[in-house]
Order: sequence, then structure tokens, then C-alpha cells
Amino acid sequence: MNHWIIVPVVLPALAAPLIVLGMRQDLLLQRVASVLATLALLAVSMVLLVQASTSGPQVYLLGNWQAPFGIVLVLDRLSAMMVGLTAALAVGVVLYSIGSGWDARGKNFHALFQFQLMGICGAFLTGDAFNLFVFFEILLIASYGLMIHAGGKDRLRAGVQYVVYNLAGSTLFLFALASIYAVTGTLNMADLAVKVAELPEGHDALLRVAGVLLLIVFAVKGALVPFQFWLPGTYAFAPGPVSALFAVMTKVGAYAILRFYTLIFNPSVEATGGFYADLLLPMAIVTLIVGMVGVLGARSLARVAAFAAIGSMGTLFIAMSDFTDLSTAAALYYLIHSTFAGALMFLVADLVLERRGSTLLVPMPPMAQHGLIAALFFAAAIAMAGMPPLSGFLGKLLILDALSERTDMALTWSVILITSLVAIVGLGRTGSMVFWKAWATPGEAATVRPMPLAFVAAFGFLAALVTMTVLAGPLTGWLEETARQLHDTGAYIDAVLGLGETEAN
Amino acid sequence: MELLVASAIGLMTASGIYLVLRLRAWPVILGLTMLTYAVNTFIFVSGRLAIDMPPILSVDAGGYTDPLPQALVLTAIVISFGMTAVTVMMALGAFLEAGDDRVEMTDAEDGK
Repeated sequence: MNHWIIVPVVLPALAAPLIVLGMRQDLLLQRVASVLATLALLAVSMVLLVQASTSGPQVYLLGNWQAPFGIVLVLDRLSAMMVGLTAALAVGVVLYSIGSGWDARGKNFHALFQFQLMGICGAFLTGDAFNLFVFFEILLIASYGLMIHAGGKDRLRAGVQYVVYNLAGSTLFLFALASIYAVTGTLNMADLAVKVAELPEGHDALLRVAGVLLLIVFAVKGALVPFQFWLPGTYAFAPGPVSALFAVMTKVGAYAILRFYTLIFNPSVEATGGFYADLLLPMAIVTLIVGMVGVLGARSLARVAAFAAIGSMGTLFIAMSDFTDLSTAAALYYLIHSTFAGALMFLVADLVLERRGSTLLVPMPPMAQHGLIAALFFAAAIAMAGMPPLSGFLGKLLILDALSERTDMALTWSVILITSLVAIVGLGRTGSMVFWKAWATPGEAATVRPMPLAFVAAFGFLAALVTMTVLAGPLTGWLEETARQLHDTGAYIDAVLGLGETEAN
Repeated sequence: MELLVASAIGLMTASGIYLVLRLRAWPVILGLTMLTYAVNTFIFVSGRLAIDMPPILSVDAGGYTDPLPQALVLTAIVISFGMTAVTVMMALGAFLEAGDDRVEMTDAEDGK
């Protein structure tokens, strides 16, 4: 067995207690340990990426119990990509939290941060539906702590809303899993795929209900309308670096939908058919519209960033709902892009909050490092709206191209293009209110201490976007292969259930 | 038996949803607790109801009940218990900071 697969879960799981037990009193030591652990996670995820690209899906049996009886972790291209994305984002976020001093404003930031990484990596790697629930809970409980880090009345109240919404979602997840278990008698994802495909006629009613419940659960995570209500408040009130890390949390929902509705409930399954894809598309379209109109109507930069995140999830789900190789590859490209672009936007909002005391869209005198932050916002806005030259443009182009063969192309194209225009107007309004009008407003800029590390993190995310644009050719080639592997469910199922024969290597 | 369990789950879910929609921290927490009770019972019976049957192998057993849902429900109980504790702490914190236990935010707070 390949033991590298479990490292992204074990490493943060060991780092977090070490930080909380051994380094409680020493912030410097915590910072060093957290940065080292995150860098190590990035290195491991690169190893996994190479391994996943050179061979088919690989399986790790926890406790060496044979699937489908034990819990398995599965490494394929998609999960390796998501773990790599999480690790890359985490390095930037941890640097920013140190540079901006956010981690010093409350206790145990770094321990919670590592637990959050453990939950996210575990959710991407697991091959068991109930285990996915457990990792969801791990990442959620850490995110509750991170969300209310540094306290404050509004943040706590927004935090309670976030917790209640997600607890209701977790309950629904359990209802869905129990229904699936009642129909199929298994919760191993590969085994589920086999059982669902072979389901005798007349047993599919409960399964369909369970599938819809699961879709709702993942839609809550992925902020799909009408389950997006938790997102604007949470992202706007959470500490800046935490919001940036949460940019990958919505992608956990997207990943779960991609995994479940290609592997188990894929459109070729007789019992469910294209039912879920038909549900997903209208939800995604409305999400995109709600997000971009929200950008236009928001009253603060933090909310603009939050609604832009909702809109990008809409675009992503429109591409995902097609379930073909080409559109899935485009969706994955856009997924990586929107994670970095969203994170950059939240960091810019936090830099502004730090200097002006609020991110409200009202003219205030220029702040410290005004031009630099304005340039960062400009880049983030270009990426978010999907204008050339950054990767948002390429991502949207790939999605439009992938959807051009469909019968509803007129609808999806016009929604994506019109909402892009709305986003440009909304982001332009934000930029001119916060950055341009500042020059015409009399007043002195408050002095802030320089935060070189925070800017390193922000420019790091920008560099990631530029790299994605420059290397778009090889990257999309790799992603197309990933999408092919994702839709070739036979290889995944064989890897998990046929492990007895391949044990020798 | 099936009717009894099913209606108990339904009743607990209904009261849980009603309480969650009350928009005050305390009823909401109670509602979430009701919902977790309902779902725990639901998981427990998802392996079918089998009365007086052992879940583990034995020589003189006439039949078995499904042991897996029992393991699942233990996990779910522990997690929901922990989550309830976290929610209580956060709601208490919000109550002490804000002076009331509303869950919703006013427009003025929301615009910040």
C-alpha cells in the first residue's frame, strides 16, 4: 500500500495537538510550527500529484480492512488536485494571518487552522460516504472556531447563524446517508456505485429522495441558491485570512457533487438518470445571477467579495451540470481559478478593513499603501469578472466552449455573459468608491505598521492566477485527463473493490 | 413497532424544524437537538427493525440485527453532542456580547 495517501490527514492531525499542547504560550513557536506543517503539506501534496498523474486510482485501506467493509482513502487525479489546491491556498493564508497579525488577536488560531486543513484534505481523499460526513464535521467544527476568532458582537452573531445553518445541513446529510444505507446496505462509494447501478426496479424511490437530500447538503456547502444564505454574513464577518481559507470550503461542496454525481448517481444509471443534472442547472443559473446582482448591490467591499464568491460558484456549477469530459475539465480549471481569485479578493477586503476601519463603499481619505492595494483590487476584480488577461477569462471561455453544443446554449451563454457585465459594473463601482474617490476626499491617511508578509501572500495568490494563465495549455490538458478519469468510473471501482488482486504491487 | 418508530421520528423532526425557525438562540439549539435525536433514531432503524436479535456472531442465534447502523449512530451521537456543546458556547458568547439572543441580524448590522 502507498502510505503517502494518508499523510495529508495525519500531518495536520499531529501538528494541531502539538501546537495546542506544546506551544500554547509561545506565539512565535506556533507560527513556525504552523508554517512548517503547511509547507510540508504542500510538499506531500506535490508528491501525491505526481503519483496520481502517473498511475490510476490508488487505494489506502485504513487498518488494512478490506473494502467495502473497512474505510478506504482513494487517491486519484481529482482528489490529488484538490489536496494540492488546499495546500497551496493554506500556505498563502497562513503567511497572511502572520503578516497581518490576525493570529495574535485570539487564542489557538494555528491549531484550529491545522484541524481545518485535516478536515478538508480528509474530505477530498476519503472513499467512504459516512467517513465524508465525519471529515465534513471536522472541517466544520474547526471553521466554527476560526469564524469567531478574535470575537466581537457581530462576528459571534454571524457565527451562530453559520453554525446553525451547517448543523441543520449535517442532520440532513445523516438522513441522506441512512436512507442510502437502507436501500443499498453499503456506504463505501465504489460499492455504492455498483449497488446503485444494479438496483432492481421498484426500489428507486427512496434512493432518489436520498440523492436529492445529498444534493441539498452539498448545495449548502457549495452555496447554491436557495441554500446560499449563510455565505454572505459568514464571509463578510469572518477574519480576512479565514474568509480566504473558506474560499476552498465552498469547493468541498463542489467536489462532493462532482464525486457523487459522476461515480454513484451518474446520468447513465437507470434508477436516477439525468434527474440531478436537470436539477443542478437551474439552481446554478440562479446562483450566478444572485451572486452577481449581489455584487452590484452590496454596500461593503467584504460583501462584494462574498457575493462574487457566490457568483463564481454559480458559473462553476453551470459547467459541472453538463457532466461531460470537456465541461468537467473547464469546471475544474474555473474551480482552481475561482479559489485563488476569491481568496485574493478577501485579502484585499481585509487590507482595506485594516486601514480604514470599515469596508463600506463610501469615499474616505487615501489609506496607507493606497496604490498597492488598489492595484491588487484591480487584479482581483479582473480575475473575478473574467476579463482578459487573467485566468478568469480563460476559465469562462473554456466553459462557454464546452457548453456550445448543448440545446440550451442560448440560455447558459447569455446568463454567463450578461452576469459578467453586471459583475464588471459592480466591481467597477466598488473600485471607484473605495479607491478612486479617496483622492478627492480630504483627510490624513492613518499610519499602519508595514506588513510585508501579508503583501507577499496576496501577491502570491496573484502569481498563482498569472501562472494559471501562462500555463493554461498544459494545465487544461492535465485537467481533461482528470475529467476522463473521473467519468471512467470502472477504474475507480476496480481499484477499490478489486484490491485483493493488486495487493502484490 | 414500525409505525411507532416512524411516527416518533416524524414528530421529533417536525418539532425540531418548528423550534429551529423560532429565531431565538435557545429554541434553535433545542430544535437542533430534537433534529439530531430524530436522525439518530433514523440511522438506528436504517438497518431494519429486528427485535431481540444479537448484533454479533454467536452459535445459538436465530438471526441477527444489522450491527453497522449501531456503529454509525454512535459516531453520529458523539458528533452531535459535541456540536451542541459548541453551539451553546457560541450562543452564550453572542448573548453576553450583544445582550439578547436573537439569531437574525438587523439590516444595520448586516451592512457593515
